[in-house]
Amino acid sequence: MGLALLVMIWLITFISTYFFAAKTWWLPQGASTSAPGIDHQFAFTYLLMGIVFVAAQCALGYFVWKYRERGAGAVADYSHGNTKLEIVWTALTAILFIGLNLMGSPIWAAERFAPADAGALPVEVTGMQFAWYFRYAGPDGKFGATAPKLMDPSAGNESAIGLDTSDPAAKDDVVTGTMYLPVNRQVDLTLRAVDVIHSFFVPNMRFKQDAVPGLAIHMHFTPTAVGDYEIACAELCGLGHYKMHGMLKVVSAEDFEKWMAAREAEKQ
Amino acid sequence: MAAQDVHAHTAHAHAAPQGFVRKYVFSLDHKVIGLQYFFLALTAVFVGMILSLLMRIHLVWPGAAIPLIGEIKPETYLSLLTMHGTIMVFFVLTTAPQGGFGNYFLPIQIGAPDMAFPVLNMLSFWTTFVAFVVLICAFFVTGGAPLHGWTGYAPLSALTNTGPGEQLGADLWITSIAIFCVASLMGALNFITTTLDLRAKGMTMMRMPLTVWSWFITAILGLLAFGVLLSAGILLLLDRNLGTSFYIPLVVVNGQVMGHKGGSPLLWQHLFWFFGHPEVYIAILPGMGVASQLLSTFSRKPIFGYRAMVYAIMAIGFLGFMVWGHHMFMSGMSPYSAFAFSLMTMAIGVPSAIKTFNWLGTIHRGRVRFQTPMLFAIGFVSLFVSGGLSGPFLAQPTLDIPLHDTAFVVGHFHLIMGVAAIFGMFAATYYWFPKMFGRMMNERWGRIHFFITLVGAYSIFMPMHYLGMAGQPRRYSQFTELAYLHRLIPLNTFMTYAAIVTIAAQFIFVINLFWSMKKGPKASDNPWEATTLEWTTSTPPPHDNFGGMTPVVHHGPYEYSVPGAARDFIMQNDPATVTTSH
Repeated sequence: MGLALLVMIWLITFISTYFFAAKTWWLPQGASTSAPGIDHQFAFTYLLMGIVFVAAQCALGYFVWKYRERGAGAVADYSHGNTKLEIVWTALTAILFIGLNLMGSPIWAAERFAPADAGALPVEVTGMQFAWYFRYAGPDGKFGATAPKLMDPSAGNESAIGLDTSDPAAKDDVVTGTMYLPVNRQVDLTLRAVDVIHSFFVPNMRFKQDAVPGLAIHMHFTPTAVGDYEIACAELCGLGHYKMHGMLKVVSAEDFEKWMAAREAEKQ
Repeated sequence: MAAQDVHAHTAHAHAAPQGFVRKYVFSLDHKVIGLQYFFLALTAVFVGMILSLLMRIHLVWPGAAIPLIGEIKPETYLSLLTMHGTIMVFFVLTTAPQGGFGNYFLPIQIGAPDMAFPVLNMLSFWTTFVAFVVLICAFFVTGGAPLHGWTGYAPLSALTNTGPGEQLGADLWITSIAIFCVASLMGALNFITTTLDLRAKGMTMMRMPLTVWSWFITAILGLLAFGVLLSAGILLLLDRNLGTSFYIPLVVVNGQVMGHKGGSPLLWQHLFWFFGHPEVYIAILPGMGVASQLLSTFSRKPIFGYRAMVYAIMAIGFLGFMVWGHHMFMSGMSPYSAFAFSLMTMAIGVPSAIKTFNWLGTIHRGRVRFQTPMLFAIGFVSLFVSGGLSGPFLAQPTLDIPLHDTAFVVGHFHLIMGVAAIFGMFAATYYWFPKMFGRMMNERWGRIHFFITLVGAYSIFMPMHYLGMAGQPRRYSQFTELAYLHRLIPLNTFMTYAAIVTIAAQFIFVINLFWSMKKGPKASDNPWEATTLEWTTSTPPPHDNFGGMTPVVHHGPYEYSVPGAARDFIMQNDPATVTTSH
């Protein structure tokens, strides 16, 4: 029985570790400035936890086999523990866990403590059951007013977020269901939700932030590679949660200007 | 029982009841109440398990027609998910280890004739029972069970038009939880008072078995946590039914401006997780106690570092109240507070690591016996390590950016507070079954049950970590809408097969349980050659636990393989003069 346990625990350990180490299912390709830092911290945490995981499981399997009851001769140690070992072990884990925490903190601080750069592109993201809308301020650089009573989700885009067209600042606002961003330029996001909590999740951008009714949450990130990236909702928002998806198209600065000009032209 | 000093009955004992109703239904006997909790939890765990089976089937075969139910729709999937979580967390993970085993064995292990407040004990069980019935009713009302998840985030849960199940079903859901809170508060008071006041002579705090320590600290957590959830639940009911706006700001649902304003959705999250994180420890601490007790007993060795174990339980309980914000790194809460919550969360890993180290130290140089209870205790340690080590990923706000609300989190908490805690309950069931029912469970089927469940649980929950890394959000009823999820469907299919096998294996357990009650070989008073007080009394114990006597305690709880002793164990009430260190 001791051997069966040893084999089983070791097999479970090695198979589990293999699929992590082989990166069969790993973080999706990163495409933002914050991705390398997050991925590095993830890999480093994984390495340390992996070592502890393999060591602890192997010791467990080995001990139960090695110290199995064999006949009447052997006697168990009469020991109530070892305070010195206990203190060393406690200190080591404290250093490991708290050290990891401190290492990862600068990445979090860089993303969340500083406001967006002055040259960042302002985009307002609005979540509602079950769609994402993206608003660009237009040439005047100002978001126009919206009003709850004007919101009509069935009409989509401008009407869905209740854009008040009587406000001059709203005239040039562009609202779309697909997010366009120029590559290598920071985006200054304002996240809103109109009904329940949603969460704006772009795996490739290593970006996730809840959008909460009643709050306007400011965040920023910088895409670094041209391409199409899927947007998901990561907070349970109702029966259509699984299909509340969107698309982020990261394009060159010129393509972005062209696209924006075309949207403005449509509004005239 | 010549070893015991004879004392007069304490005032807490009550006469043995007559008649079926007083004896088995509205019983005041903590042992009967413990069994009532146990069977309630057993019923609940089967309901919860079947719900999870339906969920796994729907995830990979969305169009499948299920007998009696038909095709599962996305909203039905979310109802299953909500009810699965609520049933498992409250009526299994909280009910069985504490209400069941704690009720039955805490008084006996400290040498008391009953709980401090027997009537309160009976009330707390029947209140729990009512809470369970109210919750199950949610399935059968118009609109069905709620779809807002067991965490019930507002405003999804606070409005009635945010989805099917958010009408009467959601009211029943939160009412059930509120009733459950009341029951748990009564239970917690009883556990705390009993531990502090009813210990037998010689049973100092530092001679209490680690199971008693874990039930005691769990009760303190319950007392502090359930009151907060109760208040939060009442505010939610007010928002839903009386037009208040505690959790609801100005919102527009499907084009309709709702009449609320000024409330805070984050308030619910703070209150909920102030309860919710200690709840994790309410679920797992008793399992830790059982693992400690069994590893020592079946390794024939004193527990490694008893004092360190006690302090670690206290530290986990204390720190457990300061980490709730780690559930909210992505919520819009101040990013500065994430630092504090993250640091406290990492700190809680330290006492957890101490416990693991001490469990390994207990086995080291022991003489390990492999009866079924021990197999599950060893499995507990393995699962505790696996589930615990994904914690330091999620405790870092930086890594929560990719991992929060993905399958990684689901894998993490299922391994640690789900499967590990359930392994603790299995270990406890196989271990105490002889004392509770006077017969032994079948060893061969116990082993088969163990190996299938261990491999099965890992096959279901380890892949969830991979899915989460690859970005699969949790609570998705289908993986067809996002293109990047398509390649994860084969792994999901594998997990569903693993779930079917694992769930089937649980019937081995149930058959073994009921078969052994009637047909198992008769158990002796101390079949495991253990040391704690429940093994000093007859099997099953008499109404007043010790047959008119009160034990006197002379030793610590885990005196195994003491040099110079006649046997390889010294029971706690044994007056033998061999020197022990406690």
